Amino acid sequence: MTPGPPAARTDSYYGRPVIKAPAWSAQDIAGYFFLGGLAGAGSVLAAGAQLTGRTTTARALKVSSLAAVGLSAAALVHDLGRPSRFPHMLRVFKPTSPMSMGSWLLSAYGPAAGAAALTSVTGRLPRTGAAATAAAALLGPALATYTAVLAADTAVPAWHGAHRELPYLFAASATAAASGMALLTGPPRENAPARCAAVFAAVAEDTAFRAAERRLGSVAVTYREGRAGRLMRAARTLTAAGTAGAVLFGHRSRPAAAAAGLALLAGSACTRFGVFAAGIASAEDPAHTVGPQREALARRRTTLAQ
Amino acid sequence: MRDNLLSGPEPDPARDAGHQDAPPRVGFFTDTSVCIGCKACEVACKEWNAVPEDGMALTGMSYDNTGGLGASTWRHVAFIEQPVPAGRTRLPLVEPDTRGGDGAAEDSGMRWLMSSDVCKHCTHAACLDVCPTGSLFRTEFGTVVVQEDICNGCGVCVPACPYGVIEQRPTDGRAFKCTLCYDRLGAGQEPACAKACPTESIQFGPLDELRERAALRVDQLHEAGVAEARLYGHEPDNGVGGDGAFFLLLDEPEVYGLPPDPVVTTRDLGTMWRHAGMAALSLAGGAALSFALPALTRPKGRR
Ligand code: SF4
Ligand code: SF4
Repeated sequence: MTPGPPAARTDSYYGRPVIKAPAWSAQDIAGYFFLGGLAGAGSVLAAGAQLTGRTTTARALKVSSLAAVGLSAAALVHDLGRPSRFPHMLRVFKPTSPMSMGSWLLSAYGPAAGAAALTSVTGRLPRTGAAATAAAALLGPALATYTAVLAADTAVPAWHGAHRELPYLFAASATAAASGMALLTGPPRENAPARCAAVFAAVAEDTAFRAAERRLGSVAVTYREGRAGRLMRAARTLTAAGTAGAVLFGHRSRPAAAAAGLALLAGSACTRFGVFAAGIASAEDPAHTVGPQREALARRRTTLAQ
Repeated sequence: MRDNLLSGPEPDPARDAGHQDAPPRVGFFTDTSVCIGCKACEVACKEWNAVPEDGMALTGMSYDNTGGLGASTWRHVAFIEQPVPAGRTRLPLVEPDTRGGDGAAEDSGMRWLMSSDVCKHCTHAACLDVCPTGSLFRTEFGTVVVQEDICNGCGVCVPACPYGVIEQRPTDGRAFKCTLCYDRLGAGQEPACAKACPTESIQFGPLDELRERAALRVDQLHEAGVAEARLYGHEPDNGVGGDGAFFLLLDEPEVYGLPPDPVVTTRDLGTMWRHAGMAALSLAGGAALSFALPALTRPKGRR
């Protein structure tokens, strides 16, 4: 081939992306998605465990939720271009901004999770502890799912295109992580609900993901190829193995339950990092921006013509 | 919240943002058919706004070594070299060359498209909608501006923009983009790029007036046989409620690196929050069921 200008292309400007991919680091933001889910769903399971007298599991989940929300806030601050300006997040209350809603949610959920964990570990202030446990359990599901809106409320084709399915995928993945944590840290005699939740989560995650793939059409390839493809396949294997292990051996052996729990946690993390990677890949390829928009235009033209 | 604050026709974004006696909304009409690719706009923008250097690299993309809009590039001139469309050879810009000199340039079968891109100052600006700090705001002129002293570099505006305009500056962390020369507008001046443009490819003015002028220009070109001339971003009912900066193009938008059918992501925000709410409820329901089922199926006395 002779060197020269790139061949003229009619589908893009020199193959350059149309939109800009976020500059977020995967570790910080996909990590934030995972940890937020683990914390939020963990608080729900902790409240259930508390109510049903599974006290060891309840305490462990409260502590893990506190740790997870602390780490997730740290990841969020770390990813800011100006970390010292983190308080600016609470300058306004803005329902059109998922990041603003999330910051407010985090600042309500964080103290609740903290109080729930501290009262549980120290055994002091049981009433405060019960109230905090309840508050964390009420806010937890929102914390686990709002991150899906944060990702979907962008022009990123692989995220926005799946804006109806992503919240369910994130809810399922969060449940998988929290049930994994319960299996890992709770005694087998307390883990029946966690095993049950793991099955629900695995089925729901698979269903939501398939629905997202159908909806995305040609953009779904970003979830199958490259880094995202590897992560999503690993997520599926780990979640399936963790669920199977939990159901078959989780009630009998502590090590088996712990291994299943770890697999579920790892599966959930892979899902979040996979979704993140698919979004980046879809933003970087102009075809994924132009293609679906061309299809939308063509659909509008045919409806107009009819 | 009224629907048209998120998408759809919105005649007066400045007033709806709370500017009681807003002046008429202003914008840019960039007529790419007269752009000569001199990049005076790029230079004037950098000079006036003190925008730092944006990379000293050769891209191999025709005469475009700027690449695209970004944190430190608020005007970007695109260069496209392509075969002349069948049926027409020249834009009717000047009288035909009657001197009979060497006609090589005209016979090459190739043509240049040049276009100066800029922030669209969307009527429904996704960047502004998603900004959690209130750093991005709607000015009294109907334009969209970042406040440097508020932005904390969360970066969520970057993937939200359907045109790939706003970006975080790596050396700084905060997000930057075209301000439509907010400072100059305040002083009754036109933006630096429009001032510098020698061919009036970049026209600044009240948006209503620009839309009329653009309609006339596209008619004129069609009459002259330039069938491929089209306006881009001018309709108030497009996916972003109409662009404050719109264009006359000579080919499909994607050829210039522009999205053919951009939609403000917040149009679907209600749907997204609804599904997130349902998903949160399913999570809680699933957890409740996970505790109920073992209690029901296990023999009494065991957990
Ligand atoms: S073009 Fe992008 S950066 Fe400019 S106002 Fe619209 S959404 Fe914001
Ligand atoms: S990076 Fe700055 S301007 Fe962009 S959304 Fe975040 S705070 Fe707003």
